[in-house]
Amino acid sequence: MSAPLLQVEGLGKRFGGFVALSDIELEVAEGERLGLIGPNGSGKSTLVNCLCGTLRNDAGQVTFGGHRLDGLPAHRRTRLGIARSFQLPRPFPTLTLAENVRVPILYAADVKLGRIPADPRRRCEELLDMVGLLAKADRKPADLTQIEMRKLELARTMASEPRLLIADEAMAGLSHQEVDDILALLMMLNGQGVTIIMIEHIMRAVLAFSQRLVVLVAGRKIADGDPQDIVRQPDVVAAYLGS
Amino acid sequence: MRNLLFILLAIVAAVATFAAAKLIGNAYVFFAGYVVLQYIVLATAWNILGGYTGYVNFGTAAFFALGAYTTVVLHKTVPFLPLPAMMLVGGVISGVIGLGMGYLTLRLRGTFFSIATLAMAVVAQTLITNWNFVGGSRGAYIIRPASSPIFPGDYIQYLFVVMLLLSVISVSAARAIQHSRLGYGFSAIRDDEAAAEASGVPTLRLKLIATALSGGLMGMAGAPLPYYVTYLDPASGFSLSYAVNTIAMPLIGGTATWLGPVIGAILLGTLQQVATVTISSALSLLLVGLLLVGFVIAAPKGIVGWFTR
Repeated sequence: MSAPLLQVEGLGKRFGGFVALSDIELEVAEGERLGLIGPNGSGKSTLVNCLCGTLRNDAGQVTFGGHRLDGLPAHRRTRLGIARSFQLPRPFPTLTLAENVRVPILYAADVKLGRIPADPRRRCEELLDMVGLLAKADRKPADLTQIEMRKLELARTMASEPRLLIADEAMAGLSHQEVDDILALLMMLNGQGVTIIMIEHIMRAVLAFSQRLVVLVAGRKIADGDPQDIVRQPDVVAAYLGS
Repeated sequence: MRNLLFILLAIVAAVATFAAAKLIGNAYVFFAGYVVLQYIVLATAWNILGGYTGYVNFGTAAFFALGAYTTVVLHKTVPFLPLPAMMLVGGVISGVIGLGMGYLTLRLRGTFFSIATLAMAVVAQTLITNWNFVGGSRGAYIIRPASSPIFPGDYIQYLFVVMLLLSVISVSAARAIQHSRLGYGFSAIRDDEAAAEASGVPTLRLKLIATALSGGLMGMAGAPLPYYVTYLDPASGFSLSYAVNTIAMPLIGGTATWLGPVIGAILLGTLQQVATVTISSALSLLLVGLLLVGFVIAAPKGIVGWFTR
């Protein structure tokens, strides 16, 4: 078996005296669909921020595609191929949808390809079309509904041509049908070869999506394995429902 | 290609402006016009950092005065140096100071950055006030040459033409940036810095480019000042009114595009000159205040905002 795409070894993060993450070990293989769950405050978002470079880990190391990531600023990690969607969508409000998607095309995609894309405008249209927002390409994010905002967020993350997509609660607050929409979109991206880590509270979506499940509780990884086995594990059930 | 066309059009507009000023035949037109042109450069320069990137700089006067004092130093040491060369030196010095200031302060956001720029202006003014070589608090006298070195006419006309060219350069640069990869990066930083980083935008590097460019252009705008006023002292060179006017102009015109600062500078600059001559110079600052309050309430996106959604 080849080396994993993402390797996290002994990762720790503390805020003052509060230990947010300790001794996290994680491997993600190329093309895998990983679900990351845990109760509120268990450190999921902190882990995402440490992987993406928004926060710096105090201990351990992160390796991605053969590159040591520790100390690299967020934009360098994006250029190496890690894209993340934000828990609350964070579009660029004064730019149109097309321009929103254009920013990562100009700043992340071309660096990876070593050249400016032949036709950034077309790539931008392709991406908006993929998420069904092409008709609104010239509108501003303020005109979008909640689910459209999530789709824009996904289109923008995909514009950096990532190898690994980290979807941080991309479905929170959406209706049943809308969750299925986003789920289908993520499955399609995975079909195109993008490795995906999904952080989610909606168990139905996580179980349908994940090939493997990782559970964080109070900053520690307590389980890692087949989703159906994991959700029956007593300590996981206890963490969610109390013992 | 479109940039080239724009520069050509801008040069045509500049030639027309000069011809019109010549036709009026009143020497004061050049005096007043110089100030308006200087504000076009200052407002455009401010907008590269303040409008495109969203970092409000209160230190305009510092960059401007550094350019002016560079000329004072050069005038005393290498008086034969032509004015455009002095402007280039002033621009480089202010640009480098901008870079340094940016490196120290750009980790601060919002109001904190603005306060830091204001503090920097105070520090620079204190240093200049205590530097005897450039006159200290007494100020420096510069003897203005009588006639223009390149065409028939007096030196004020020459200064007018130089500032006209500098406005063409800075407005063309600002417009080119707005439609470039750099411009998209600046907008992304203004809208959401964390999302910009996540999109691969090297935010710190881009902000440093913006402060250096902005500071450099301000320095170039200040470099001819000693020849214009012939007496320069720290209090007038570092006058807060430069900072206030330079912020007011893009806000009135609209900060999102290159056109806003130009409209704001022409409108407010001309109004101030007219008010100074016809009523009083104190009134011109009052005018800025009233207009600013009016626009913040009635047209927060400036004049350009009326025509765009």
